[in-house]
Amino acid sequence: MIALLVRDMRLAVRAGGGFGLGLAFFLIVSTLVPFGVGPEAAILSRIAPGILWVGALLACLLSLDRIFQLDFEDGSLDLLATAPIPMEGTVAIKALAHWLVTGLPLTLAAPGFGALMNLQSPGHYWIFITLLIGTPALSMIGAFGAALTVGLKRGGLLLSLLVLPLYIPTLIFGAEAATRGTAGLSAVTPLLMMAGITAGSVALLPFAAAAALRINLR
Amino acid sequence: MEMRVDNLSVARGGVPVLERVSFTLSAGQVLILRGPNGSGKTTLLRTLAGLQPPIAGQVSADPEHITYGAHADGLKATLTVEENLRFWAAVHGIEGIDAAVKGFNLNGLTHRPAGNLSAGQKRRLGLARLLVTGRPIWLLDEPTVSLDTASVGLFADAVRGHVAGGGAALIATHIDLGLKADTFDIGPFRANGDKTAPSQQRDRYADFDEAFS
Repeated sequence: MIALLVRDMRLAVRAGGGFGLGLAFFLIVSTLVPFGVGPEAAILSRIAPGILWVGALLACLLSLDRIFQLDFEDGSLDLLATAPIPMEGTVAIKALAHWLVTGLPLTLAAPGFGALMNLQSPGHYWIFITLLIGTPALSMIGAFGAALTVGLKRGGLLLSLLVLPLYIPTLIFGAEAATRGTAGLSAVTPLLMMAGITAGSVALLPFAAAAALRINLR
Repeated sequence: MEMRVDNLSVARGGVPVLERVSFTLSAGQVLILRGPNGSGKTTLLRTLAGLQPPIAGQVSADPEHITYGAHADGLKATLTVEENLRFWAAVHGIEGIDAAVKGFNLNGLTHRPAGNLSAGQKRRLGLARLLVTGRPIWLLDEPTVSLDTASVGLFADAVRGHVAGGGAALIATHIDLGLKADTFDIGPFRANGDKTAPSQQRDRYADFDEAFS
């Protein structure tokens, strides 16, 4: 399983692997919003947590179709399905690899990008915490969507449409927690709801995704 | 290690392609699977490998003992030859890839990215993967595509070594590999119209049973 994780991370950072794509997209969103909204600092700092969350979510969506599609096309997925690793383990590891190369860099970069939108002081801390708890759910839900659409040519659009509604609860609670925390209010309830979504996704979706993959490999 | 296939029926896209296929692959045996294009060889192999469920019948072998070599080699273009092999070795819990590298004459290529290899070299790397799975039953689908004569020889040697060590191989191929092998023609088991007459079919079954008794 560790070999699979190492391979996926290595593939992501090699040429054409797509590492940094999400991060660059996230930077573009964070840079463009102040130009679009205007320079008023008060407005920017009020919308910053929400914009950062939406930007991170869309950046995460960009690389989802690569989770299984490339392995499906070159035959690796067939071989992984017959390998001694259970399919559920393969899914969980690939979602983890996706998080490590997409979700984690976004989480680490978000407080810095927040400065572009005049994010005020406790806000840096809150955007980091909420993304750290929320992005694993984005990767896991995305892996499930990718497993559902793996056999389809140009399945990326369908994947986005399938996954976006499933992302909404994470987005609502994540952005709410970040906004409340930034404003100095108690963010415990939305934070716990989001943590629950993450825990539930990580516990249950590998099984659903593995079942979807088995059907798609037939 | 024996694989007994009993009255197996397989379907592709919901349409039955082969019905009541029965044969036994025993340790040390090479069985060549023959049949025209589209007759269901790949579907049969994928079913035996556990990638799709049969519509009827049983396979006695544990999927954990089977490795499947498909048309696609499952190589990553941006990983080197060595990284590709080491990955599959690690997945199967095998240490050391030297035998596989030597067996398929990949010595000078280990540090090249797999994407830079020629079609034949890629195929050799794909076949070398079989040696790092450590599994006794090989199911191979057209393994010699894009191989030259010398490489076919290397492949035949690898299969010989594998069965000499108690393994078994079921190979779908159209060429003569120069192996001591039994042949299994899937023509009589085809589910659609163009199979041979039932009476003749029964005779073929008899011939077949004789061949393996």
